[in-house]
Amino acid sequence: MTTTITPNRSATLQTRDGFAQLVHAEWTKFRTVRGWVIGMIVAVLVTAGIGIFVAAGDAGQSCQAIGPTGSSSGCGSAPALPLGPDGEPVVDNFYFVRQPLTGNGTLTVRLTSLTSLLPPAGQGLGATPSQPGTVPWAKAGIIMSATSLSTPRAYAAVMATGANGVRMQWNYTGDTAGLPGAVSAGSPRWLRLARDGDTITGYDSADGAHWTVVDVVRLAGLPATVQAGLFTASPQLPARAVNIAGIGQGGGGPTASTAVFDHLSRSGAWPASSWTGGYTQGDLAAEAQGVGGYHQLAGRITVTGQGDVAPAIPDQGEFGSSENTIAIYLTGTFVGLIAVAVVATMFMTGEYRRGLIRTTLAASPRRGRVLAAKALVVAGVAFVAGLLGTAGAEVVGTSIARSRGTQDFPEPWPAELRMIVGTALVVAVVAVLTLAVATIVRRSVAAVTIIFAAIVVPYFLSAIATLPVGVADWLLRVTPAAGFALQQATPQYRQVDAYYAPVSGFYPLAPWAGFAVLCAWTLAALGGAVYLLRRRDA
Amino acid sequence: MEATIKVAGLRKRFGSTVALDGMTFAVQPGLVTGFVGPNGAGKSTAMRVILGLDAADEGTALIGGKSYQSLRHPLSHVGALLDTAALQPSRTARNHLLWLAHSQGLGRPRVDAVIEQAGLQSAARRRAGGYSLGMRQRLGIAAALLGDPPVLMMDEPFNGMDPEGIIWMRGFLRALAAEGRAVFVSSHLMSELQDTADHLVVVGRGRVIADAGVSDLITAASGDRVQLRTAARADAITVLARAGAEVTATAPDVLTIKGLSSERTVAALTARQIPFSEVTAHRATLEEAYMELTRDAVEFRAVSAPTTAAGPAPATTPGAAQ
Repeated sequence: MTTTITPNRSATLQTRDGFAQLVHAEWTKFRTVRGWVIGMIVAVLVTAGIGIFVAAGDAGQSCQAIGPTGSSSGCGSAPALPLGPDGEPVVDNFYFVRQPLTGNGTLTVRLTSLTSLLPPAGQGLGATPSQPGTVPWAKAGIIMSATSLSTPRAYAAVMATGANGVRMQWNYTGDTAGLPGAVSAGSPRWLRLARDGDTITGYDSADGAHWTVVDVVRLAGLPATVQAGLFTASPQLPARAVNIAGIGQGGGGPTASTAVFDHLSRSGAWPASSWTGGYTQGDLAAEAQGVGGYHQLAGRITVTGQGDVAPAIPDQGEFGSSENTIAIYLTGTFVGLIAVAVVATMFMTGEYRRGLIRTTLAASPRRGRVLAAKALVVAGVAFVAGLLGTAGAEVVGTSIARSRGTQDFPEPWPAELRMIVGTALVVAVVAVLTLAVATIVRRSVAAVTIIFAAIVVPYFLSAIATLPVGVADWLLRVTPAAGFALQQATPQYRQVDAYYAPVSGFYPLAPWAGFAVLCAWTLAALGGAVYLLRRRDA
Repeated sequence: MEATIKVAGLRKRFGSTVALDGMTFAVQPGLVTGFVGPNGAGKSTAMRVILGLDAADEGTALIGGKSYQSLRHPLSHVGALLDTAALQPSRTARNHLLWLAHSQGLGRPRVDAVIEQAGLQSAARRRAGGYSLGMRQRLGIAAALLGDPPVLMMDEPFNGMDPEGIIWMRGFLRALAAEGRAVFVSSHLMSELQDTADHLVVVGRGRVIADAGVSDLITAASGDRVQLRTAARADAITVLARAGAEVTATAPDVLTIKGLSSERTVAALTARQIPFSEVTAHRATLEEAYMELTRDAVEFRAVSAPTTAAGPAPATTPGAAQ
């Protein structure tokens, strides 16, 4: 004991920002309770373990599993999906009647009919389409493409569709709407593509006299000679529901469409040779080859085709795609979250239970900053735990899948990074939300129950169990569980008809929008927590 | 910084219960100030208000002229021991002190220093959950000393201490005051503060009943009372009452006389030839002084009775002189 009453604080520490000291103190608090550290390690192990377990089990079963649309994905023999220009997996197999076009030129045609056949009811796998009907995204029109066969191809096309009017589409994901309405002899559609260097302009017209530009797209690096011509594509109908085992139910299956063209006219350097018809990935499309073909009679060209030229959607089983996205490795997140939530709760309620909060608040009278420091510490720890858990599951799970000869649905790396880091962010933000709730209710059981009911239950019911899609979508829109949207592997494309439901990995909100919902809840809870912490007697 | 606590007009209600009813007092540097009163008198509430933990409905509490909220590193201004149970049981004592030190920008050397000061060296690396009450008191004191503060405030620091610990604590508190610190110590047992406190703030029902030096209080409590032992009680009462004294029978053969010095008492009795065996001047203990002061303020008694005489003078004992 010194006789001076001047605190012997070291000069370097004294100049440090008070908030950094608070964070340091809260971190010391956290790391010195062994149970909390163990809780976080459990969160990592559970998150990784369940992900690996699910992935391993799934990889083992996929030899027998039947995809939601009824086509089997071969175990070990599943061909790799082609990748589009941005690294996203695509479906690229359609019936293409083509000629090379060198340099600039145009192609114009009139489409008088687009009819489709659906699989007979009650038959899925391998059924031959025979029931007349509408395929909303059946496509028939004209296309200019960098190459005829290989992908990724740069392409642009204008087309009529089964139920979505005229569209101009390019490079798999581009999609612009043109004239609405269905094609018929009484209401034909005129389509035109014009190439000028790297730029392709798509036009449509109802009468061949008055033309409207649908869109102008620039295809970087388009070669001097492109393949141009007529095409028909007819995507599989998606299942309309998925049962608890993830097997598709209700009317999915292959379709076929036939288009009738006339008034074909061209400008530019076209060869004198005749047209060539065939599937763009002919060797892969045993199923489709059966019904593809074209014939030409007195200026009328009839083209029949199956398949699609569009982004690939997982769980569709299109031409034997691998069905698992890496999202399957993230399945354990919601269980790991429980462990994180318990620790985050104790981090606050442990202080209330024993009156330690008074020591804390006497040491740091600015209460909002205390909560901020606690939130920062718990968020940081939870983020690291989430990252280790998800990254571990992914690394181990992928190698297990690879060793079994299956492979994951390919993911562009930004999406993969977003899913893994995003999951860690969700874990971190949920930890903060839990801390805020624990501050408000000051009781461990109440806080954990609230978090469980607000996040884990909605997520489980919507994304794992089978709640009706409407209810599931609603839950994942309004509850903090919306943050799980960051785990969505593939975007939802309006130009691809699929079973977009939480249970098949599609969330009602875009990834960052869902995360914003979680953040909004967290900010609101933090606001309430700061208000009460300041107002209440400690 | 000025080593003082100044509390002015503190009022606070918890629902219908008045915890603080206009409490005003000051704690000066260099002294051990005892804060005494029955349970429920508002001592802990006042301490929590001083530390900014509870908000007063009215009034101010200042540490060295500043509000607690405005202190940058509060633990280097006020060291407080409020609740010895306020520990995370699975954290070691040393780690408990470490996080507190970090919150004030202090490091490990300071933690080791206060562990030594509180005599906790051998137990510092054990989980605080396994500590005895006395060890928790020492840990709480170590925490209070962490910032080497000029003001120390302790709520019932003697609780749970063995006699040896109580002696240690008394010496410790006196030593802290001797260094020029203001030491403010609450207790519901006046005897604990005997030979420790220099000054007393006596509270009851949320108000200050007495705020005075210990010696003044004892003198006042002793009054001019004289104790008389006599077999002729009835005669003695008559004679002494006539001589102007207030006489109370405190035992079958003992009378307490007020308003008459021992010399005059002896003279009056001798003149009437009333026998007596002993005449002594009464010297109150601190405990008695306290009992006298708080008799009316004890919560469970006389809920509707008005608070009697606040101030350093002892209140008249009801039932006396009849």
